[in-house]
Amino acid sequence: MTSTQTVLTGELRAVTRPHRFMARHASWIPVFAAVGILVAMVVGAQLYFGKFLTPRLVSSILLDNSYLLILAVGMTFVILTGGIDLSVGAVMSFTGMMGASLLRQGLPSSVVAPTMLATGALIGLGVGVLVQYFDVQPFIASLAGMFLARGLGFVVSLNSIKVTDRPILWLQGTRLQAGSGWYITPTGIIALLVVLVGAGLLAYTRFGRTVYAVGGNEQSARLMGLPVARTKLLAYVVSGTCAGLAGVIFTAYTGAAYPLNGIGTELDTIAAVVIGGTLLTGGSGFVVGSMIGVFVYGMIKTIINFLGVDQSWTRITIGALLLLFVVVQRLIVARSARRR
Amino acid sequence: MSLTDEEMTSDALVAMRGITIQFPGVKALDDVDLTLRGGEIHALMGENGAGKSTLIKALTGEYAVDAGSIAVAGEQRVFHGTADAQQAGVSTVYQEVNLCANLSVGENVMLGHEVRRAGRIDWRATHRAAVGHLQNLGLRLDTRTALGSHSIAVQQLVAISRAMVTEAKVLVLDEPTSSLDRGEVQQLFAVMRDLRSRGVAVLFVTHFLDQVFEISDRCTVLRNGRLVGDYPIDELSPGRLVSLMLGRELEDLAALSGASDRPVDRSGTPVVRMKGAGRKGLIEPADVDVYPGEVVGIAGLLGSGRTELARVLAGAEHADSGQIEVAGKAVRLNTPRHGIDHGIAYSPEDRRAEGILGDLTVAENIVLGIQARRGWRKVRRSEQDALVSEYIAALGIRPANPHVLIRNLSGGNQQKVLLARWLATAPALLILDEPTRGIDVGAKADIQSKVAELSEQGLSVVFISSELEEVLRLSQRIVVMREHRKIGELASSETDVDGLIDFIAHEGREGAA
Amino acid sequence: MNAVMKHRLFWPVVVLLALILVNTLSRPSFVSITVQDGRLYGSLIDILRNSAPLMLVALGMTLVIATRGIDLSVGAVMAVSGAVALQIIQDSGDAANPSVLAVAIGAGLLAGLACGLWNGFLIAVLGIQPIIATLVLMLAGRGIALLITRGFITTINSDPYKFMAQGYVVGLPFAFYVSLAAIAIVAVIERRTALGVLTEAVGINPEASRLAGVRARGIIWGAYAASGLLAGFAGLLYSSNIMAADANAAGLYIELDAILAVVLGGTSLAGGTFSLAGTVVGVFTIQTLKSTITFLGVPPAVTPVFMAAVVVLVVLIQSSRFRRWVGRLGGRLSVRSAQPVERTEVAS
Repeated sequence: MTSTQTVLTGELRAVTRPHRFMARHASWIPVFAAVGILVAMVVGAQLYFGKFLTPRLVSSILLDNSYLLILAVGMTFVILTGGIDLSVGAVMSFTGMMGASLLRQGLPSSVVAPTMLATGALIGLGVGVLVQYFDVQPFIASLAGMFLARGLGFVVSLNSIKVTDRPILWLQGTRLQAGSGWYITPTGIIALLVVLVGAGLLAYTRFGRTVYAVGGNEQSARLMGLPVARTKLLAYVVSGTCAGLAGVIFTAYTGAAYPLNGIGTELDTIAAVVIGGTLLTGGSGFVVGSMIGVFVYGMIKTIINFLGVDQSWTRITIGALLLLFVVVQRLIVARSARRR
Repeated sequence: MSLTDEEMTSDALVAMRGITIQFPGVKALDDVDLTLRGGEIHALMGENGAGKSTLIKALTGEYAVDAGSIAVAGEQRVFHGTADAQQAGVSTVYQEVNLCANLSVGENVMLGHEVRRAGRIDWRATHRAAVGHLQNLGLRLDTRTALGSHSIAVQQLVAISRAMVTEAKVLVLDEPTSSLDRGEVQQLFAVMRDLRSRGVAVLFVTHFLDQVFEISDRCTVLRNGRLVGDYPIDELSPGRLVSLMLGRELEDLAALSGASDRPVDRSGTPVVRMKGAGRKGLIEPADVDVYPGEVVGIAGLLGSGRTELARVLAGAEHADSGQIEVAGKAVRLNTPRHGIDHGIAYSPEDRRAEGILGDLTVAENIVLGIQARRGWRKVRRSEQDALVSEYIAALGIRPANPHVLIRNLSGGNQQKVLLARWLATAPALLILDEPTRGIDVGAKADIQSKVAELSEQGLSVVFISSELEEVLRLSQRIVVMREHRKIGELASSETDVDGLIDFIAHEGREGAA
Repeated sequence: MNAVMKHRLFWPVVVLLALILVNTLSRPSFVSITVQDGRLYGSLIDILRNSAPLMLVALGMTLVIATRGIDLSVGAVMAVSGAVALQIIQDSGDAANPSVLAVAIGAGLLAGLACGLWNGFLIAVLGIQPIIATLVLMLAGRGIALLITRGFITTINSDPYKFMAQGYVVGLPFAFYVSLAAIAIVAVIERRTALGVLTEAVGINPEASRLAGVRARGIIWGAYAASGLLAGFAGLLYSSNIMAADANAAGLYIELDAILAVVLGGTSLAGGTFSLAGTVVGVFTIQTLKSTITFLGVPPAVTPVFMAAVVVLVVLIQSSRFRRWVGRLGGRLSVRSAQPVERTEVAS
């Protein structure tokens, strides 16, 4: 055995400390890049507008984007497995419609909110079954989910339904102040909790690690004896559940449900996840990165508001930023492939 | 790895009996037996299509059997998937390392067996356990680095460590050595011997005869989906093993031995001349020339730069230094297209990933070379038919049906189709990178004799192979590569396999030492 | 009979015919065609006319999918080209001037082509995944269209422009001739030349194709350019139909319809061999379905539920596992469930 040892310890030569850090944490680099972009944007805006960064503004970014944050967490699971979930926006809208309608019929929110989550989970399960058991491409399967949810939303009602339920409105209306303008709403707390739970699931459970393994190489994961089918299914269920929860949050946020809500939200979500450093090919990325991605998205919206220019610039900027990130990711991948 | 006395002494750890697997239209396995004993390395031999991989997949639970029984450690088993087989103690390491490159080394070893505390994974303990398992095989690695940043050899050993985590009693190694160089093979063998001494049954599948004789204790031979026999390795000679695999004595190969002695006229202009051409990070600047009718072999270990040299020569990699002359004129060679336009044809190393187009037919695959050259202008049907039937006959492609999808052909026949694709373009120089890797002996002989025949007719060939006998037999001159550098040139008439190995291992090294 | 059933167009055509049959049975007027002022009218004619934008987009999508790609930006490209053309017409103030129209149409097509070239550049040159590269334009494209129309819905009044989508030639809608011409041109370019098989080669194995001397980069780039150009034309048709450039509504979800049409036609999303005839059948199927849904009195907003049902049905029929499953229900109990793909590979 000695001969084996002498030859292979050569692999350990990874000399300097930064080199070793890089070797171990290479997958975090895109997240750092997203943080860099966020900081650069804040600094730039601060210099340009003078007094841009206030506690109020930071608090409002979380407030305005908590539904997106929740969607992004769910989407991260799916993208990590190498899939994609286009249904999230429509599911959010549909569960919102359904919830609002049930509330109007007098059901208590303690029943309605779990029902919304369960409905989201069910649609996610359906998409997952199509993907896993019938070899349907994730893109197409979730598209079916999107069509279904979008249509069902209109079946509930073609018009907006106002929500008057106290507990639901409380989620958004309550501002827990922390002095000097800082505040947080229950919706924000829920969103941050979802991030925490998502990150914990991915980093510290076998399910989470299997998500990465499946995204890295599904065939290998299967041959390694990992529960691939269950894991992929669960990833879509997580995303669906998150979409259901986002339905609750978004209903609270707008105080009403409207069947046209959330059109294009799936794209915003994907953009935020990718900007946050998750590779669309799967197997690499972090929930925390997606959170940064959502903040970048929120910051762009805010800055464009500040500039007072047309909101269509938001989409253009997001598109440009998405492009920038994808190109940079591409270069990183190409460079590491060359080094090998 | 602790085995009970009973398991140690029980004769067969794995007993597969009367295994029959039926595919649509063909019996892949017909009444095959396989017996593996604890503490032995057992080779599984056979030509491509003999049923080796089907038998392995039956053992590892990927395929269900139509008839027959599998007993592991004396217990009858029916596997419904690889997880079942692993549970029963049968683990497999595949040729194309089936691990997750995006995860860390430690995770790959421990995935599914992580150390958990209070419901969450204890990473520190998990990595500690992984380090332990790796050390058992003599590997010392930073388990927190990504698996993808390590060489294939290390990845393979990590895969074996993983198998040991699952307490494998039976380890199946499917072609583990085909992408390893000599030193790495020795490391692997050391690990295999160690496992053998611990009572593990190792099933070793390979194409390399010498490796079988070097390491195995017993050998099961399959032919056409049937069992030929189970032999102690001491009772076999290489010649006998080959004849068992083929069912016929092989004389074709011996007849070729004269090819390397054929004189080549090197007075004129070389067909292709590389002058200090190289590419940063891939290959150092090198000089190579090839004359009309000459076969130039490239020898060296895997990763020595022999493929990179070929790719630069073919334009598949863009040289960033020096120049390349075709028929005495310097040419631009930035893409494979440029190479093809100058009559340089390159058949790549990885047949499946870079050579064939699986969903196209044999005919379409053959015509693709000239079609690409002509651009949008379609090759006429009549011309195509004539060409295709000519090459199918000339190279003995089976099945001789131009309209089957190429992915349904055996490796050897796929290689012949690729050869046909390039010959159809009437190249001045044909570069063959590992044209005989992973194909059966019959097809190998066909391809070798075709190369010899073509070069005699004036075609220039660059021939790359891991099998030095083959390189020596076919080429008149051999360029030797090491560490991405050309270290010298030999005339094959002046050397033999041992001489060549010595040259690869030592030439130019004394100075450095 | 068996040979007919095995033909790749068999199932797509059966689906289309079944749909037409169901429609005819429930309302015989469906197949009736009336002549008025020398023009044909009827549900089938409407389908021919209304399917034109989708036809153009789906043809482009077929080429893109054959290269193993996808073009999500077609809807946004439609919005851009419509916005460009109508803004030029509106700004000129002379909506009937043929040269203004020519410039507007030319500029709209060029805008579409430019979008396609941009996508192709990202994918073929920079090597970015198609789904993401085109997602960029999908996100940004409508924003750009809104900038061009300065945030409004640009409306014009121009009879010649209107003719594109609503005019008639020899009894049939002009838009249908546009469809026919596009089908013919694409089919001739792909199948009369070697471009089709080279495209398939690139879709099956890009690296092997490159090494075989196929100009893979050019072919991929070309496919996206064609898709952009065709989507640009579709955008003009759309704006001509409503005589307005609506950056938000133009071509909304058309990428999904187009992908569905391609898949319905039997072309695999995994790239490689493709069928233009299949796509044509797929487009008519989707258009017929939409007309059916409208006829059934379903509010247009609920249409997606039906589309979802179709998507699920189609992908299930294409799924080998589902077929096996149905076969098992049918009593032919099969004990083994190993993947047939791997099996054939080994069997050879």
